[in-house]
Amino acid sequence: MTRTLVVVGNGMVGHRAVQALRDRDAEGTWRVVVLAEESRPAYDRVALSSYVDTWDAGTLSLPEHDESVQVRLGDPVRHIDRAAKVVTTASGHEQGYDALVLATGSRPFVPPVPGHDLPGCHVYRTIEDLDLIRASGGRSAVVIGGGLLGLEAANAVRLMGMAPKVVELAPRLMPLQVDEGGGALLRRQVERLGLEIHCGVSTVAVEAGGNGAAAGVSLADGTRLDADVVVFSAGIRPRDELARESGLAVGERGGILVDESCRTSDESIYAVGECACLEGRVYGLVGPGYAMAEVVADRLLGGGAVFPGADTSTKLKLLGVDVASFGDAHAASPGALEVVHNDPVSGSYRKLVVSDDAHVLLGGVLVGDASQYATLRPLVGRPLPADPGSLVAPAGGVDLALPDEAQVCSCHAVTKGQITCAINESGCTDVASVKSCTKAGTGCGSCVPMLKQLLDECGVVQSKALCEHFEQSRAELFEVVRATGIRTFSQLIAGYGKGRGCDICKPVVASILASLATGHVLDGEQAGLQDTNDRFLANLQRNGTYSVVPRIPGGEITPEKLLVIAEVARDFGLYTKITGGQRIDLFGATVDQLPPIWRRLVDAGFESGHAYGKALRTVKSCVGTTWCRYGVQDSVALAIDLELRYRGLRAPHKIKAGVSGCARECAEARGKDFGVIATELGWNLYVGGNGGFKPRHADLLVSDVDTETLVRVIDRFLMFYVRTADRLQRTAAWIEAMDGGLDHLREVIVDDSLGICADLESAMAEHIDSYQDEWRGVLEDPEKLARFSSFVNAPGVPDPTISFREERGQRVPTVQLGMPTEGLLAGPNISEVAAR
Amino acid sequence: MTAVDELTWTAVCEFGDLEPERGVAALLPGGEQVALFLTYAGTLHALSNVDPFSGAAVLSRGIVGDRTGMPVVSSPVYKQAFDLTTGQCLDEPDVRVRTYPVVVWDGFVRVGSP
Repeated sequence: MTRTLVVVGNGMVGHRAVQALRDRDAEGTWRVVVLAEESRPAYDRVALSSYVDTWDAGTLSLPEHDESVQVRLGDPVRHIDRAAKVVTTASGHEQGYDALVLATGSRPFVPPVPGHDLPGCHVYRTIEDLDLIRASGGRSAVVIGGGLLGLEAANAVRLMGMAPKVVELAPRLMPLQVDEGGGALLRRQVERLGLEIHCGVSTVAVEAGGNGAAAGVSLADGTRLDADVVVFSAGIRPRDELARESGLAVGERGGILVDESCRTSDESIYAVGECACLEGRVYGLVGPGYAMAEVVADRLLGGGAVFPGADTSTKLKLLGVDVASFGDAHAASPGALEVVHNDPVSGSYRKLVVSDDAHVLLGGVLVGDASQYATLRPLVGRPLPADPGSLVAPAGGVDLALPDEAQVCSCHAVTKGQITCAINESGCTDVASVKSCTKAGTGCGSCVPMLKQLLDECGVVQSKALCEHFEQSRAELFEVVRATGIRTFSQLIAGYGKGRGCDICKPVVASILASLATGHVLDGEQAGLQDTNDRFLANLQRNGTYSVVPRIPGGEITPEKLLVIAEVARDFGLYTKITGGQRIDLFGATVDQLPPIWRRLVDAGFESGHAYGKALRTVKSCVGTTWCRYGVQDSVALAIDLELRYRGLRAPHKIKAGVSGCARECAEARGKDFGVIATELGWNLYVGGNGGFKPRHADLLVSDVDTETLVRVIDRFLMFYVRTADRLQRTAAWIEAMDGGLDHLREVIVDDSLGICADLESAMAEHIDSYQDEWRGVLEDPEKLARFSSFVNAPGVPDPTISFREERGQRVPTVQLGMPTEGLLAGPNISEVAAR
Repeated sequence: MTAVDELTWTAVCEFGDLEPERGVAALLPGGEQVALFLTYAGTLHALSNVDPFSGAAVLSRGIVGDRTGMPVVSSPVYKQAFDLTTGQCLDEPDVRVRTYPVVVWDGFVRVGSP
């Protein structure tokens, strides 16, 4: 029988609880109703400060639940009738339940100082809070609270163009996570960014100016700070009022009391996340909240899960400074010893907390350089592999041999033993396969360096060899070709490889030669390196015919050109379909039909669309300012310019792009390798998106830039990708695999940290200058043209194995079941093949 | 093995028409299609042109290279490699395509078929 679960609250933890239940409740024994106070769908509040980068709330979205989950937004629950098991919302809606999960979260704590409610005073918790701060148009800001949230808020305010002053009651920043030494270093680092820090002092009042709004903040030490924006982020208080009103037990200092199964004093009601008080503690971190969500999902399905105890270890980058704390960071354990390495010159602070005999690691604090976090955190509670002094020393170089049961990934509770088992027994040979096999490294990602290290320790040589013929990676071969001036495959394999190549290395070398602007892709020996698609400049389809895609830059086309395509399709009997890239695909052409088809297309002004190549495909666009009522920039013109600029660029994989004329994003640019979205001030550039097997949204690289800057950054981005990515690596995977990821990419192609930008730009300029339409090149060269024949001894005879039938008024291939008998000497039986 | 004198020899092209590592297709009198390959080392091979995995007559359009020194063509459809000498598929041990005897005589490439 289906029972009803009602979840009160749609924050991150409530969302996770529903997702965890839906993932496991395959039989659908629970009908789920979510009643939310906020009127927008659940979003990632932990990443709230990044909202300021884009002002696009969509970037914070959490995955939507399947349609069986009913979510009622903007209608908070006001009353629980525990006897009748019915909740009532603000709008009067009544909803019965069999089980109730309270995930009401917390509210920001605003100290009751005089003036705390003046106009200009804000809190920092929701998207709406940030919108309000932005809309206030303030110039000077004070952030009350110098903890984790306070510094996040300060960062957000700073990104809005204000220089925030931070007031913290405790004697140091982030008092819960770091100690005095770490706090001192953190303070120095953030002061360098222009923040003004006041620690160890309380706020006395918010003072009003002549207009009745906040104008300043006065501190207990007599200091007065100018501020037309005051942001309170001085801690949180659990939202337990609904529970109190219903007579559920609450903690002394607030929070709905729950046991280790997250059950409240009413056995049909659970509480999870920041509103819950477990063993006397309220956890303000999302990690413990997620753990509670998992416990409840398990309990609802009859399991016996208990709260595993919270790992409050934290590693984050705040205002550009790495901060990590783990275990007993404050040496609260009896007899605990602290070993500290403090280097203010290089800006790094490391402290380990160890047992009184210095044998067991209890915790630690890392500020400035938290790279050791991944190796140290799993050692908490375990014997130290070396003396603590050498572990905190810079570049310790000490072998940290972890025991098998040590947890390497705390997000998914994966131990070292499980990972080494995946490597040794399941045959994982790289980080990606370890991730998909064990889920390790797929949460916060902080353990990824550890995964690499474990692969090394297990003796897995992470080979970069392209194939059996070349020991080099694609990027290395690119450099070889560039530096040596070698321009043929035979020379390259004779000098730098072995054998005669294969279907892996030959197309790679062909692509490298093409990227280096070495003439037509079918010139001389190059033709034999190409995959069939590039060899016939068309896309091979399942029955041996090809499809034809003329370039339609930006998706803009005149009726006259549309007529040409229609006539060609009609005259050659081609199946016609509109593609996702805003162009038209014509299917069913035989090899010998390709030249006459293209003769007509080229005569009408069309060029190759490179749909067949690992190359720039399309730059999709929305309608833009010319027609659209909402557009803020001319997206169509930019898309056409970009498509014409980069047409013909060969790359490690296909490149797709998009340009949207406003934040409504109708061109779906963030699903592209590079996507441009118009802003009122210029353009935002996003990189590393793709659809496909593993869809991914592109990340913001630069914002509000003018067209010239935009084009320069895209030039660099594409050329850097062409030179350094692996074979068949889309931009998303390329950025993900890069040491330092998107930040590193930005350093290289925006800040020019490697000094290569001028070179990248000139390489792109060379590509643009040397571009020629590949199909025109074939039509003008009788020798190339001669290769487009079905049979060397019967050029005019069509391939007799190709046949068509009709479907919805068009010609489609006849489907062949099983292996053909022609030419086959041995093969599995037909049914096996059909099942493939 | 079929005795050579029982075969029909079809002249399909001039030897000079072939380029190393670039296959061509030819049509035999019975309607069979063969894929002809000239390796970089100068040896000539003829296999059935039909890719057994897709049913498309396209093996001549595959990339020619080697696996551990053995000359192979990779199907352009799903990339399985076939030994040019024996027609054996190197990725599916149960699959082998027909090979044809091929000779160059009088400047012409001739393919033998029963």
